[in-house]
Amino acid sequence: MAVMTYREALNQALREEMHRDDRVFLIGEEVGLYEGAYKVTQGLLKEFGSKRVVDTPIAESGFTGVGIGAAMIGLRPVVEMMTFNFALLALDQIVNSAAKMYYMSGGQYHIPIVIRGPGGPAHQLAAQHSQSMESYFYHVPGLKVVRPSTPADAKGLLKSSIRDDNPVIFIESETLYAMKGEVPEDPDFLIPLGQAIVRREGTDVTVVAYMGMMYRALEAAEELATEGISVEIVDPRTLRPMDTDTIVGSVRKTHRAVVVEAGAGFAGMGSEIAAFITEQAFDDLDAPVERVTGASAPMPYARNLERAKMPSKEKIIEAIRNVCDAGGS
Amino acid sequence: MAQNVVTNVATKDGAGRALGVGPDVARQLLRDMMLIRRFEEKAAEAYALGKIGGFLHLSIGEEAVAAGATSVLRPNDYAISTYREHGHCLAKGSDPRRVMAELFGRRDGLSKGKGGSMHLFDRSRNFLGGHAIVGAHLPLATGVGFAIKYQGGDQVVVCYFGDGAVPEGEFHESMNLAALWKLPVIYLCENNRYAMGTSLERALAETEIWKFGRAYNMACEPVDGMDVLAIREVVGRAVERARAERAPTLIEARTYRYRGHSMRDPAGAVYRTKEEVEREKLRDPIGLFRNRVTRAGVLTAADLRALEKDVNDLVDEAVVFADASPEPPVEWLLADVFKED
Repeated sequence: MAVMTYREALNQALREEMHRDDRVFLIGEEVGLYEGAYKVTQGLLKEFGSKRVVDTPIAESGFTGVGIGAAMIGLRPVVEMMTFNFALLALDQIVNSAAKMYYMSGGQYHIPIVIRGPGGPAHQLAAQHSQSMESYFYHVPGLKVVRPSTPADAKGLLKSSIRDDNPVIFIESETLYAMKGEVPEDPDFLIPLGQAIVRREGTDVTVVAYMGMMYRALEAAEELATEGISVEIVDPRTLRPMDTDTIVGSVRKTHRAVVVEAGAGFAGMGSEIAAFITEQAFDDLDAPVERVTGASAPMPYARNLERAKMPSKEKIIEAIRNVCDAGGS
Repeated sequence: MAQNVVTNVATKDGAGRALGVGPDVARQLLRDMMLIRRFEEKAAEAYALGKIGGFLHLSIGEEAVAAGATSVLRPNDYAISTYREHGHCLAKGSDPRRVMAELFGRRDGLSKGKGGSMHLFDRSRNFLGGHAIVGAHLPLATGVGFAIKYQGGDQVVVCYFGDGAVPEGEFHESMNLAALWKLPVIYLCENNRYAMGTSLERALAETEIWKFGRAYNMACEPVDGMDVLAIREVVGRAVERARAERAPTLIEARTYRYRGHSMRDPAGAVYRTKEEVEREKLRDPIGLFRNRVTRAGVLTAADLRALEKDVNDLVDEAVVFADASPEPPVEWLLADVFKED
């Protein structure tokens, strides 16, 4: 184990996988000479050269398509989106080319590609640079979607994503890059895609949350512990495929569930999680599943409005109290 | 710096003049063009009978491009195309029976019946698919060129697309990246003058499509898309350039589709005149080439009859095969969504 930042953990994952497999290459805007807009690819150009760390002009659809085409004939590209906001320019390539190629070719051409970069709400970046993007992707059959909340997860899940034979959307967060944590240094340290983790054990209510919202839920749980409410927190880590067993198992134990998501709620991750909890564990529930979501508005710039847009610790606490007050156990 | 190569390939025809290709090549070119036409005529019949569903885009009139271009490729070179790709796939050597079965949506189709007319893929022939979002496969072709260079191979990739893709951003992104990185890609535009019903003049500020290559410092030239030998010559030059210099080329093949955009636009009559279509048919690529090979004495009338019979038999077999092939089992619905380890 070593203590490192989330950013360093990602960097280490890239470096290790590039050493392990020379078919792996990085491509994107500012990944080489500039060493990454957020420095995730620091030092990699020097170490691997410009053949394997490829700077591109600003042409998201073009270079994402280049990655997919290269994957068709045997390479394993890691495409960096400077931020996932720009991935919308490549959405057709991701949805119509990457996600469907294996299926529509009758299993002849698989696309082992990772498309990674930061996404989700950041600090005062306003409407176009601060938004949750995962819902655009996890709806699509053929894509895997990862949202790693800790440095160790960032490393273990990125390595698994690079070794996966399918397109993986790997969304990091600007707000977590500097976070430090313990990370295994074993080059074969992997976290399988599709495995949730219980971040905090509890008995009264299950809270499902990831990334920044997971940390906010932890704060809420600590506060409620002083009142005798025991909160279990489950972090899905991979949104698709989702580890429904771990989430439903937790709900069967606690009989109550709250889902927290940063994105606007309508048809969001919370809707899906609430739906499968209800389908699979209805008889175990003592209260309807509650959702705490971002407000249904673009992200405002002003600090106070931005705060109001996001799920707060107070809103999470209120939702947990609601489900605990409803019905008896 | 890539050179701009501009060549006007005049069709210098006439009895007694050397054809420039021997009987084997001539037979192969003619066979491929005739196969594509016969295959698509039969596909149109099958569509009318309800055996083929969805969209069916025919390339009748445009066969010389696929036949001429493929004739200068090696088997391990790559080709990638649009939704009007039956001809490119057949020319690359795919089994007509499996192509027809795919159109019929049957289990023995190239893509197991999951792709249909617009999504033919054949890994055994390095045919990288029919792609049906206009312009979207140009970046894929660019990526294939990137990977060839990365892997140190000497293959090339031919990317077929229509004039309708030229106004798309992905055309320009691809041109730029391929020229910037010197990739072995041949961008082969089949300019049939209509993007669905929108004529070139209504879509492009510069209607001489090959000239866009100049903007990207890329070798570029136009070619008569109805002259299979001219296409062979121009694409052959581009292939050499790609292999020797790892440099891309933009080629504009001026061709024409006799049929409508798809079977749902059977005559293509709203946006062009009957006279125009009839005039274009006078430069029919198959008819012209048949005349040339016989006048040059490279193939005899008996050769042509034999060829015609072979092609007709092959297509008849393809229809019988497709008809006999079962529908894909329902269990296949959820197969091939993800590749498992």
